Amino acid sequence: MIPPGLRRSVLRARRDAGFLAAGVLPHLGLVPVWSWGLTITAETGNWPLTLPVSVALILLGVPVLTAVQRARHRALLGVFLPRPTPAPEQRWSWAAAARWLRAPRTWGQLGYHLLLGPVLAVPELLVLMALPVGLAGATCSAWAWGLPVDVREGWFGATQLPCYTLGGLVLLCAVPWAAGVVARAESRVATALLGPSPTQQLRERVDELDQSRTGLIEAVDAERRRIERDLHDGTQQRLVSLAVNLGLAMATQPDLPAGAREALAGAHREAKQAIEELNDLVRGLHPAVLEDRGLDAALSGLAARAPLPVRLRVDLGQRAAPVVESVAYFVVSEALTNVTKHARATRAEVTVRRVGKVLRVNITDDGLGGADARAGTGLSGLAKRVGSIDGTLKVSSPVGGPTTVAAELPCER
Amino acid sequence: MRAVIAEDSVLLRVGLVKVLEMGGFQVTTEVGDGEALLAAVAEHRPELALVDVRMPPGFTDEGVRAAVEIRRRWPGTAVVLLSQYVEERYAAELLSTDAGGVGYLLKQRVADVAEFVAAVRRVAEGGTALDPQVVSQLLLRRDLDPLERLTPRERDVLGAMAEGRSNAGIAQALVVSESAVAKHINNIFAKLDLPTADADHRRVLAVLRFLAASAT
Repeated sequence: MIPPGLRRSVLRARRDAGFLAAGVLPHLGLVPVWSWGLTITAETGNWPLTLPVSVALILLGVPVLTAVQRARHRALLGVFLPRPTPAPEQRWSWAAAARWLRAPRTWGQLGYHLLLGPVLAVPELLVLMALPVGLAGATCSAWAWGLPVDVREGWFGATQLPCYTLGGLVLLCAVPWAAGVVARAESRVATALLGPSPTQQLRERVDELDQSRTGLIEAVDAERRRIERDLHDGTQQRLVSLAVNLGLAMATQPDLPAGAREALAGAHREAKQAIEELNDLVRGLHPAVLEDRGLDAALSGLAARAPLPVRLRVDLGQRAAPVVESVAYFVVSEALTNVTKHARATRAEVTVRRVGKVLRVNITDDGLGGADARAGTGLSGLAKRVGSIDGTLKVSSPVGGPTTVAAELPCER
Repeated sequence: MRAVIAEDSVLLRVGLVKVLEMGGFQVTTEVGDGEALLAAVAEHRPELALVDVRMPPGFTDEGVRAAVEIRRRWPGTAVVLLSQYVEERYAAELLSTDAGGVGYLLKQRVADVAEFVAAVRRVAEGGTALDPQVVSQLLLRRDLDPLERLTPRERDVLGAMAEGRSNAGIAQALVVSESAVAKHINNIFAKLDLPTADADHRRVLAVLRFLAASAT
């Protein structure tokens, strides 16, 4: 039985050693190129021809060797080196080549392969050689006896065999550690020189996050539309049909017993109530009129349905993006719901105005005030939805009122 | 009277046919989208078209567009729009053709069969039927200046008038006497600078046009 800790160490040592072994050739890859260049230049003296050819060969080798190093790190060490930017382009053109040559990262790669590579090859070779040397040393007490006496004493001296064995064992034990240290150092150097710069990485990450967030918001919006459509075409029609049939039954069966009539009337009432409640819920998701007539038209439905008088002023030059309209509608909808539920207001005012690239949405009521954006889930949800499109939401609600909810939504990015 | 129905929900279509037949209409055709509706009206020349707003292919305002088209091409055909939600913008577009012979009601109103049938008949005879929710939206969009001069009671009366009710109907709905209603109506017209005419119906249309014009 091998203890799991030892097993892990052995596996790790094997991985590191393999990684180092695979590094020797690519690290020395440019040495023959430039030494050939130097030799032929020295021999022929025709440097106007040989020098550009050597430089071109070295430059051609750079992306190839970088790709080899990325593959080596990924396959043997499990370290992912991000693709350097600008990446070598698929189609060759002078402009692309010039862009590539001008990029500071290209020179980082060149430095790595031309200068650092041969330097890194040294510890790699040392660690790799330490393995057979250590093995030979550790086992010398066993095999040395097979040698002729004079050879043995010539190599090890008369009494030094145990020292060699001990030294070999120490070397063997040090190999995994040294391999790990060299491998880690190498991957750090490679990450710094072969990948994109940290700033570039951050910029790419921000771009990525920005795109995925936009995608997510659009997906949420599309999902709300889908649910609205499904409910509209399915449940809502079914409920209306139910209410209509109950209404027809009441109208066409006048001589039912009183009990049945009452039950029918109750069911009729309940069905109509259910339609009202579902309508309110579904309209809050995404009104169809928002899509075809815009925010202005959609808001009048909201304002008219509010149980208190709402003064509505909308001034939009042109339509904003669907997501922005959707968020603006949601802000007014939630704010009016809050006014109705909590503010004990007698009236409210909604203004929506586009100023330059910003859509300003204001909802004011004359209620009690004291609304807390952190306490209520309604207002904090609103702030998140607004923040998702880089908008800002301000709630001013001193105790005693009035409460103002002000959202600023950027229409363009 | 002959009627066509345009409604994409088959379930509801069955109910609508029954309700209209109960109201004495003869339903000649049932269709499921705006294009088919225009074709049916061209073919059957009905007195009434009962039209759902959201229909294929876009499921947005197909019914409104078809209704406006019907009113333009066959002005004598009365149109009643039905929808899950009422939108003042759609109402304004519908009313911009001519307020006589148009109606715009929430679907759930069909459940109150007798009232619904009465409203549809009113429209088929050249009258108007607007859902109270449409009226409140139209009032909201009125940019407040002249309407702000109305008392809450007068606003109620104006709303009831816009729904297409007669003076007696308004009196009953608001639980006041008919003479009080007449007085309110005269005040409203004075405040809205509308010329008084003798027929109730024409006054209703005047109010509707006034509201619709301000809504667009």
